Amino acid sequence: MTAKIVIGLDGTDTGERALAFAKDLASRMEGCELLAIYVIEWSPFTFQTPEENEQRHKRREEEIELANTRIVTPAVEALQKAGFKAEGMVRHGDVAETLNALTVKHGGSQIVVGRASSSGFANRIFGSSTQNLVMHADVPVTVVG
Amino acid sequence: MIHQSKLWLGSIAATMMASPLAAQEAMGIDAKVNEAFANLTGPFVSLIFAPFPGTSFPWIVMWLVIAATIFTLYFGFVQFRFFKHSIQLVKGDYSDPNDAGEVSHFQALATALSGTVGLGNIAGVAVAVGIGGPGATFWMILAGLLGMASKFTECTLGVKYRNEYEDGTVSGGPMYYISKGFSELGLPGGKILAVLFSVFCILGALGGGNMFQANQAHAQISGIVGDYPGWITGIIFAAVVFAVIVGGIKSIANVTEKVVPFMGILYVGAALVILIVNFNMIGWAFGQIFAGAFTGLGVAGGFVGALIQGFKRAAFSNEAGVGSAAIAHSAVKTKEPITEGFVSLLEPLIDTVVICTMTALVIIISQQLIIDEATGNYMLNEAGTAIATVDGNSGVALTSAAFASGISWFPYVLAIAVVLFAFSTMISWSYYGLKAWTYLFGEGKTSELVFKVIFCIFIVIGAAASLGPVIDFSDAAIFAMAVVNIFCLYFLMKLVKQELNSYAARLESGEIQKFSH
Repeated sequence: MTAKIVIGLDGTDTGERALAFAKDLASRMEGCELLAIYVIEWSPFTFQTPEENEQRHKRREEEIELANTRIVTPAVEALQKAGFKAEGMVRHGDVAETLNALTVKHGGSQIVVGRASSSGFANRIFGSSTQNLVMHADVPVTVVG
Repeated sequence: MIHQSKLWLGSIAATMMASPLAAQEAMGIDAKVNEAFANLTGPFVSLIFAPFPGTSFPWIVMWLVIAATIFTLYFGFVQFRFFKHSIQLVKGDYSDPNDAGEVSHFQALATALSGTVGLGNIAGVAVAVGIGGPGATFWMILAGLLGMASKFTECTLGVKYRNEYEDGTVSGGPMYYISKGFSELGLPGGKILAVLFSVFCILGALGGGNMFQANQAHAQISGIVGDYPGWITGIIFAAVVFAVIVGGIKSIANVTEKVVPFMGILYVGAALVILIVNFNMIGWAFGQIFAGAFTGLGVAGGFVGALIQGFKRAAFSNEAGVGSAAIAHSAVKTKEPITEGFVSLLEPLIDTVVICTMTALVIIISQQLIIDEATGNYMLNEAGTAIATVDGNSGVALTSAAFASGISWFPYVLAIAVVLFAFSTMISWSYYGLKAWTYLFGEGKTSELVFKVIFCIFIVIGAAASLGPVIDFSDAAIFAMAVVNIFCLYFLMKLVKQELNSYAARLESGEIQKFSH
C-alpha cells in the first residue's frame, strides 16, 4: 500500500514550509503520494442579503478559480516537477473539519499543516483551525512552525 | 428618563421645534402628504378590502385562508408530515459536501426570515390585538399553521422555475414560475399574469416593504425623543437606504444582516423573560385568547372582528401566499427544488406561531388593554374602533408600553430593534421590488436606478403620512400580490405534487440519503 500525505495549504509562508516539509517526508518513502488541499473558510450558517445569495454561485466559482491559480496549481506543479505523484483540491467549509474529512475519504495516512497563521481575539476563544485539526483529526497531524 | 433621552437623541428635532412657526409648517407638510396619499390610494384599498355583500368580511382574507387550507389538504398536511425532515435539511444533514460554498438551506431561510420578521411581528400584532382583542391571536396562529403549506408551494416553484444566467447569477420568483409554469402546462395568459404580479410586487415593495416600515420606525423614535415631523426621519432613512442600494455601500447592509438576527433573539428573549416572570398569568392569557377567538369579548365586530384582524396581520407578517419569499428562496443551490419548499415552511412557524404569539402574550399579560370589570369584556375607545389602552397607545407604541411594564428600559432596545428591523425589511423588499421591476423593464443600470430612487422617495412619504392610510395601502398592495399569486398557484400546484410524490418515494426507498459530514 502506498502512503498518502495530505498537505493543508493556506497561501502563507507557514503553508509553504508545510509543503516543503511534506516533500521532504515523501522523498524518504517509496511511492508516496501527495494531496495538496486548500480549504476556503465558509459556514452554511451565516446571514446574508438577498443580493449576496443571488451572486453566491458566481462568487464561489471565482473563489475556487483564484485559489487554484494562485495557490494549489503552483504547489502541485512544483511537486510534480520534483518527481512526486501529486494532486490538488480546493473546497469550501470549516478548515479543520474539511481537511480531516477529505483525508479520510482519499485514504490519507497523515496531514501536514502550518502552525496558526493568524492570531487575535477570535482565535483565543475558538482556537485556530490548526488547533482544532490537531484535536479532532482521525490521522496523525504534523504541525510545521 | 424620557427627558434625558430627549437631550441626546432629539437634537435634530429640537432644532426644528425651536420656532413654533417652523414646527407648524413642518407638520403642515406631513398633513398635506397624508391627505394626498390617502386620496390617491383610497380606491385601490377599497377594492382589495371590499367585504362580501351584506357582511363586513373582506373577501381577501377569505381568499388567503381558503388557499392555505386547500394547499394543506392537497399536500396531505405537508407542514406536519415533513416537519422533522425540514429541520434536518436546515441543519445540512442532506447537503452534499461537494456543494459547500453555495447558498445553503439555512442561509436562504435566514435571508427570507429577515425580510419577514420585523415590524409585522411587533407593530402588526399590536394592531391585531388592539383592534381584534386577544382572540385575534388564536386566528393568527391558525393562519400561521395553514400558511406553512402556501409557503411550501410557492417556494418549491420559485426554485424549480428560476432563471440561471450564464454569469452564474440567479433570478427567481412568482413572475418566473407563472410565465414558465403556465407555458409548460400549455395554459394561456401566463405572461400577462406575471406582469400583473410584478406590478403589484412593486406596489407591495413600496407599501408594506417600505412605507409601513418607515412610518413605524418614525413612531418609535418620536415616542422616545418627543414628537417631531416624520419627513425628517424619512429623509435620514432614505439617505442610508440610498447609500446601500444605489451607492453599493455593502458594509451597512452587512452590519445590519449580522445585527438583526441578534436583535430578533434579544426580542424573543425579553418576551420570554416577561412571560417567565408572569408565568402564573399565562394560563389566564390563553383563556382570554380562546374566549376572545369565539366570542370577541366585546371587540368591534365581535369574534368575526377578531378573526379578520388575526388572519390579516398573520398574512401581513409571514407573507404566506404573497410570493415574496419565493424570490428570496430561489437562490439556494439544490438539485431538488422541493427541499427548499420544506425549508420555507418553517418560516410562518417561526414568524407567526412563535414570535407573533409571544408579542401577543406580552401585550395581553401586561394588561395594556382595558377590561370593563363589570362585564369582563374589553372596553372600546371613544371612536369605538379599537380597544381602549392604558395610555391610548396603538401599533408599535402599544408593544413598547407592554414590554416597558415588565422591563422598564426595554423601549430603548425596542427602538433600536425597530429601526434595524425596518431597515433590513426595506433592504429585502427593495430587492423583491427590483426583481419585479427588472422583469417588467429589463435589467440595466438606468432602469434599476429609476426604481431605487422611487423606492427612496417612498420612504419619506411613508414616514410623513399617518398610520391609517399607510397601513391600508401597505396591506392592500401586499394582498394584491396574493390575489395573482394564489390564483396561479391553483394551476401550478399539481407540478409541486409531482415533485412531492417523487421525492417522498425516493426518501422512503433510501435513494435520498443523509451525507455523513
